[in-house]
Amino acid sequence: MGMTMTQKILAAHAGLPEVEAGQLIEAKLDMVLGNDITSPVAINEFEKCGANSVFSKDKIALVLDHFTPNKDIKAAEQCLQVREFANKYEIINFFDVGQMGIEHALLPEKGLVGPGDCVIGADSHTCTYGALGAFSTGVGSTDMAAGMITGKAWFKVPSAIKIVLKNKPAKWVSGKDVILHLIGMIGVDGALYRSLEFTGEGVKELSIEDRLCISNMAIEAGAKNGIFPVDEITLAYEKDRFQREPVVFAADSDAVYDETYEIDLSTLRPTVAFPHLPENTKTIDEVGTIKIDQSVIGSCTNGRIEDLRIAASIFKGRKVAKDVRCIILPGTQAIYLQALREGLAEIFVEAGAVFSTPTCGPCLGGHMGVLAKGERAISTTNRNFVGRMGHVESEVYLSSPAVAAASAVTGYITDPDKMN
Amino acid sequence: MNAHGFIHKYGDNVDTDVIIPARYLNTASHAELASHCMEDIDKDFVKNVKQGDIIVANKNFGCGSSREHAPIAIQASGVSCVIASTFARIFYRNSINIGLPILECDEAAKEIQNGDEVKVDFDTGVIQNMTSGKSYQAQPFPPFIQNIIEKGGLLNSIAK
Repeated sequence: MGMTMTQKILAAHAGLPEVEAGQLIEAKLDMVLGNDITSPVAINEFEKCGANSVFSKDKIALVLDHFTPNKDIKAAEQCLQVREFANKYEIINFFDVGQMGIEHALLPEKGLVGPGDCVIGADSHTCTYGALGAFSTGVGSTDMAAGMITGKAWFKVPSAIKIVLKNKPAKWVSGKDVILHLIGMIGVDGALYRSLEFTGEGVKELSIEDRLCISNMAIEAGAKNGIFPVDEITLAYEKDRFQREPVVFAADSDAVYDETYEIDLSTLRPTVAFPHLPENTKTIDEVGTIKIDQSVIGSCTNGRIEDLRIAASIFKGRKVAKDVRCIILPGTQAIYLQALREGLAEIFVEAGAVFSTPTCGPCLGGHMGVLAKGERAISTTNRNFVGRMGHVESEVYLSSPAVAAASAVTGYITDPDKMN
Repeated sequence: MNAHGFIHKYGDNVDTDVIIPARYLNTASHAELASHCMEDIDKDFVKNVKQGDIIVANKNFGCGSSREHAPIAIQASGVSCVIASTFARIFYRNSINIGLPILECDEAAKEIQNGDEVKVDFDTGVIQNMTSGKSYQAQPFPPFIQNIIEKGGLLNSIAK
C-alpha cells in the first residue's frame, strides 16, 4: 500500500521500510525545539529524572521569544533558567535577546530545519516547517525533555487529508487567506490527529512565506502536521541556507487519503476569522462594519519580510486611524534589519505604527499589546480564543497583513482593495 | 487504577488558553498554575473543585497551545480524570506523558451532567454514572500507553 509524504518521512526516521496509519513508532529527531515558556517545564522534568547529558548539542534549539525582552520578574527567572541550562549543556542553537526571533520564523531562516527532517517542538506551531517538506509537529514539555535526552520521540502514524490547490490567488489574497478558508471549511477539529498534505499545480503559485503561514496554522484545524511537496521554490530557498543536505520525499501515487478537498485559489477572497474560533470565517465582503481598537501585524504566522512589504505598501503615504494602536512585529532580527534597509520601518513609524523588536508578546496576551475589557483587535496572529489577547471580554479577528494594515488605516475591518 | 468523583461539565473546543491563560505562564509552579485553572471559562472552578473530581467535555478538549501547563493545572487542582468526546492531540499526549488519565467516550461525554457522581475503571475503560445509574464503555489505553502510565509518566518509562 502506498504511503503519504508524512508516512514516508516517519518510516525513514523509524528505520522501517514502510509504516501504516495507526502504527506506533519511535522516530529519530533532527531537531528538538523549546521556548521560554515550555523549556522551563522540560528542564524541570529533565533534571527530575536525573539526566545529565543531551543527545546532541546542535540538534536542540532553545529560543527565548514569548515573554521577551523579559516582561516581568517571573519571566526573567524563566529565561535565566533556560540560559543556564543552555550554557551548562553547551547548546549551540540557543537564541537570546539580540539574536532571537520568533522561533518558527527563526529556525527556517537559519537553515536549522528543512526538507526531509523529523522535528518536534514544545510549541504547537512547530508544524510550520511542513512548508519546507519536513515532518514537524508540536508536543509538550515532557516530550521535549525526552527528546533532548534520547533524540527520539514516539508517534502514532497519522492518516491524511489531501488538499489539492488549483490556479493562482488574486491580488491581496495570501497564504493566510488560504488557511483561514480551509479551517472555515473543515473546522477547528477537521483534521484532528491527521496530516494535511497540500498538493496540486497551485502550490507553485505560493511563495515560501505563504506556505510557512499555511503550515503554521495546520494545528488550528487540529492537524498533527501540514506538509508541502518540495519543489524548485523550496530548493531555491534552502540553497546556501539549510545546514544539512535536503532529503526530498514525495507521496506515493497510490497513497491512501481519508478525504480529498480541492481549493481553487483564484476564487478565494481576503478572509477574516471572527471571535472566538479560527473556524468562524467570513470573506471580507461579508464582514460588515466592525470597528477596531488595535491592529497587530506579525507573529510566527505573519511576521516575515513579505508580510511587512505588503503592510508597508498599504501604509505608504497613509496614517493609522486616530483611535487605533497599530503594532508591527518583525519575526526575526534579520527581518528587522531588512525592513530598516528597505525603508519599511520608516513607512511604519511615519504612519504612526509601533515597530517592535521580535516577540510573540501580544499574540498570546503576554505583553506589548494586551487588550482591555471590551476592546477589539484585528490581528495577523493565529488564535482568537476567549481572552487570547487580554481581557476575557476582548475580541480578536484574524486576518492577513493586507487586511490588518488596511483596517489600521480606516479604523474598521477593511478590504485592502477598497483603500482610497 | 480507578477514579471516583463529581463532574465539572464543559462544551466543545475548550482551549488551553481558557484552561490556563497565558498571563500565568510566567511560572512552572504546579500549585500556582492550579490556582488559576479554568479561570477564563469557569471562574468558580478553583473554588468548587475537590480532590478526585472529574472533568467531562464534548469535542476537541484542550485545543490550541502545546502548553503542558494545561494538564498540569488540571492535575494539580485534584482532578483525577478527564472524559471527552475527543481531545486535541497535543493535549492528549501531554496528559499521558504527565500521568493524567484521559478517556474518549462520546456517549458518556454527551450524557453525563454537571454535578453527577462518576466512577471510572482505567483497566477496563468502564465509566459508571452513579447518579443516573448508566454505564459506558470507553477504549482502555493501548499497551504502549499503559506502559507509560504504569511507570509514572514518559520520563520514568525511558529512565535507565
